Amino acid sequence: MFREKFLEKSFFLIALSSISLLALIAFFIFEEGTPLIWKVGFRSFLLGERWFPSQGSFGIFPMTVGSFLVTLGALIVGVPLGVACAVFLCELIPPAIGMVLRPMIQLLAAIPSVIYGFWGLIVLVPLIREYLGGPGLSVLAGSLVLGVMILPTIISISEDSLRALPRTFKEGALSLGATHWQTIWRVLLPAARSGIVASVILGMGRAVGETMAMIMILGNAVQMPHSILNSARTLTTNIGIEMGYASGDHRQALFATGVVLFFIIIGLNTLTLVISRKKGA
Amino acid sequence: MPFSRHTTQRLAKAVVWIAAFSTLAVMIWILFQVLREGLPLLTISFFLDSPRQMGRAGGIFSTIIGTLALTAVAIVIATPLGVGTAVYLREYTRESRVSRIIRFGTDCLAGVPSIIFGLFGFVFFVIYLRMGWSILSGGLTLAIMILPTIICTAEEAIKAIPPSYREVSFALGGTRWQTIAKVVLPNALPGIFTGVLLGVGRSVGETAAIILTAGSSLLMPTSLFSPIRTMSVHFYILAREGISMEMAYATGAALILLILAINTLANWFLFRRVRKIGGTAHA
Amino acid sequence: MSKPRPMKWFWGLAFFIFPVVVAGCQKPQGGLTVVGSTSVQPFAEMLAEEYMGRHAQEKIYVQGGGSSAGIQAVRTGAAEVGMSSRHLMPNERDLIAVPIAYDAIAVIVHPRNPLSNLSIDQIRGIFSGRMTHWSDAGGRNHSITLVTREEGSGTREAFQHLLMGKTEISLGALVQDSNGAIRQVVSDDPKAIGYISLGLVNDRVKALKIGGLEPSVENIKQLRYKIVRPFLFVFKAEPKAMARNFLDYVLSPAGQKLLVQEGLVSRTTIPDLQKGAKR
Repeated sequence: MFREKFLEKSFFLIALSSISLLALIAFFIFEEGTPLIWKVGFRSFLLGERWFPSQGSFGIFPMTVGSFLVTLGALIVGVPLGVACAVFLCELIPPAIGMVLRPMIQLLAAIPSVIYGFWGLIVLVPLIREYLGGPGLSVLAGSLVLGVMILPTIISISEDSLRALPRTFKEGALSLGATHWQTIWRVLLPAARSGIVASVILGMGRAVGETMAMIMILGNAVQMPHSILNSARTLTTNIGIEMGYASGDHRQALFATGVVLFFIIIGLNTLTLVISRKKGA
Repeated sequence: MPFSRHTTQRLAKAVVWIAAFSTLAVMIWILFQVLREGLPLLTISFFLDSPRQMGRAGGIFSTIIGTLALTAVAIVIATPLGVGTAVYLREYTRESRVSRIIRFGTDCLAGVPSIIFGLFGFVFFVIYLRMGWSILSGGLTLAIMILPTIICTAEEAIKAIPPSYREVSFALGGTRWQTIAKVVLPNALPGIFTGVLLGVGRSVGETAAIILTAGSSLLMPTSLFSPIRTMSVHFYILAREGISMEMAYATGAALILLILAINTLANWFLFRRVRKIGGTAHA
Repeated sequence: MSKPRPMKWFWGLAFFIFPVVVAGCQKPQGGLTVVGSTSVQPFAEMLAEEYMGRHAQEKIYVQGGGSSAGIQAVRTGAAEVGMSSRHLMPNERDLIAVPIAYDAIAVIVHPRNPLSNLSIDQIRGIFSGRMTHWSDAGGRNHSITLVTREEGSGTREAFQHLLMGKTEISLGALVQDSNGAIRQVVSDDPKAIGYISLGLVNDRVKALKIGGLEPSVENIKQLRYKIVRPFLFVFKAEPKAMARNFLDYVLSPAGQKLLVQEGLVSRTTIPDLQKGAKR
C-alpha cells in the first residue's frame, strides 16, 4: 500500500516535468530579456522601427511585421490548398490511392525545414529574382516555402477531422438529394470546421516558429518590408542571425525578442483552448 | 449562381482536383529534386568517411555518429519522463484542474519555437551548467523538445487499451501499479515506440537549437562532452556557405532517406498495434 | 513479453542519479576548444586539421559564433582560445591577444558585372543606399542588391571602420551571417555587391579594385591597400600546454605558410600594422 502511494506520488512528480520545464525556460528567457525591455522602454521596443544594436536602437517592429507578413502569406498559400487536398484525399479519390498518399504526406511533414529552405534557395529565389525583380530573397519566397512547409500539417489534421465525421452526415445529405459537392461544401466542411481551424492554428504556430529555412531565404534586411519582393526579417530569424555575435545589451535584446515570441505562442495556444472549449471538446 | 448544381459540382471538383494535384506534385518534386542530385553520390565511402577540408571532401561519418549520439541522449531522457507523464494522466487521475494545467503546459511546450529552445539550452546548459557545447547540452535540449510528442503518443497508446483489460486485472486482485506494469504498459509499448520514433524523426531534423548547444565540430566525438555536428547542421552549413553543392545534395539525400526509414518503421509499428487491439488507426 | 517493471525502476533511478552525476562533471579534459570569428574559423579549422595530423592524440574543436562570442567564451572559460577578426575593445584589454595573420577585406560583385573599379566615395554611396542603381556608378541600369554582415560581426566592423567611416550602412541591405553566405548570394545575383575576407574570394565572385588599387598581397604588404584587419587568437592568460603548442605551430613558418597559401598575409610581413594592434 505504501509502495502504491509512493509510486503515485513519483508519477505525479514526473508528470509535472513538462510544466516545470516550461516554467524554467520561461524564467530564463524572461530573466535575460525583460530588464532590457524596461531599459529601452516598452513602447519603443515593440513599436520602434529601428534595429541598430551598435547604436543602442532596439526597435523590433520591422521584425514583427516581417513575421506577420510571412505567416499571413504562408496561411494564404497553405490553408486553401491544404483544405483542398484534405477534401481530395477524403472524398474524391478511391481509398486505395489514399492509403498510398497519406504516408507520403506524413513523410513530408517530417522532412527537416532546412531541406525546404534549400529548395527555396535553389529554385524559388532565382525564379523570383528573374521574373519578378528584387533580390529574390524576399517575403514572397519565405511565404511560399513556409506555405509548403505547413501544408502537411493542415492536410493531415483537416483530413482526420473530415474522416472522423459520422457517416450519417454524408448519407443524410445525399439521401436528401444533395450532390456530392453540395454535401462536401455545405455539410462536411462546416461540420469539420473546428478541426480545420485547429490545424490552421497549429500551422500558424509552426510558421511563426520557423527559423533556419527563413534565414536562408528571407535575406534578413533590417528594414520594414514595403512589398513582398523586399527582403525582411522575422522575430525568429532576428535571434538566429545575431545570437552568435551578440553580447551585453544586444544579447539581452535578443532574449527580449524571445519574450515576445513566447507571448505569441502562449496566445495562440490559449486561442486553441478557447476555441475547443467553445465547440465542446 | 446561374449554374445548375451539377455544373457547380463539376467545376468545384475540377478546381479541387487541380489544386490538390499540383500541391502534392510540388511537394513531391521538392523531395525528388534533392534525391535526384544527391542519390548518385551516396556511396559506401560517403557514409563511412569523415568530412575533410571542412566538408568539401570525404564523407559524413562523424555527422552520422553525432546525429545518433544526440538522438540517443534525447530519447533516453525524454522517454521515461514522457511515458511517466502519460501514465499519470491516464491511470492515476481523471480530468481535473491539475491534469488540465499539465496538458496546457505540454501543449505550450510543443509550440515553443526551436530557436527559443536553442537560446535556453545555450544559456542554461552550455553556460550556466558549464557543460559547454556538447552532446550532453544538445541532447538535453532536444529531450525537452520531443517531450510533448512522447507524452502525446504515449497517452494515445494508453488510451487505446480497452478498459476491460484493466478491469480484469483489478478483478483478479491486482493493484494499480501491478495493472500498469503488467497489463497497460506492455500493451501500450508499440504505440509508445511509435512516439519514440516520431521523436527521433524530429531530433534528426532539428537544426537551430542544435547549432547553439552542440556546436558544429566535424571531429568524431570522444565523450558526451564533445561538440558534434549533426547531419542537418552539416547540410545547413554546406548549403549556406556554398562550400560544395554536391556534398550538400548528398547530405540532403541521406537525410531524406533516414527520415523515410524512420517513418516507415513508425508506420509499420502503428499497423501492428492496430491489428492487435483492433480499431481505427490514428497517427 | 518483456518485463517492464525492472526497466521502469532502472529508468527511474537513472533519472534521479543522472543530474547528480551531471552536476559533478564539467567540461572535459583533453581537447582544445577554439571559438569565435567566423572569418577566422575556416583558417583555424585548416590549421587544426594539420596540427592534429602531426599530433595524433590531441583534439582541437573549432567553433564559430562570432568575434564577440569568442572573446566572451574565453573570458568565461568555455573555450581556451578565442578567435577575433577585430581589435580588442577597451573593456576587453584584460585579455591577451596575439595576431596570427592579417586579412584584407575585398568588395565583391558578380563576375558578369562590367565594373571592376570603384572609388571610396562610390562605395560609400552604394552601401549607404544613396546610390540605388548600378548606372549611378557607371554600370547598367539595374537596381543594386546590397549584402552586408550582421551587426557585431568583426568583418562588418572592420568594413565600417576602414571603408565607410562615418557613413552608415543602409538598413535595407540584405544581411548574411558569414563570409561564405555573402559569397553565395553575390555569386548568384548579378546585381549584388558585398564584402568578404580576401582569403575567401574564389572564381565565383569578382573582387573590385578600390580607388584603382587591387586587393593583392603585394599592395597589402606595401600598405597601399589599407582595408586590412588582424586575425587574433585571444587568451585569458599566458597560454600553456596544448594552447601554447597550437599557438606555436600557428606562428611557426609552417603554420604561416599554410595561411599565406590560403590568401592571408603573414604576421611577419607587416611589422607596422602589428604595432598598431594594441596589446
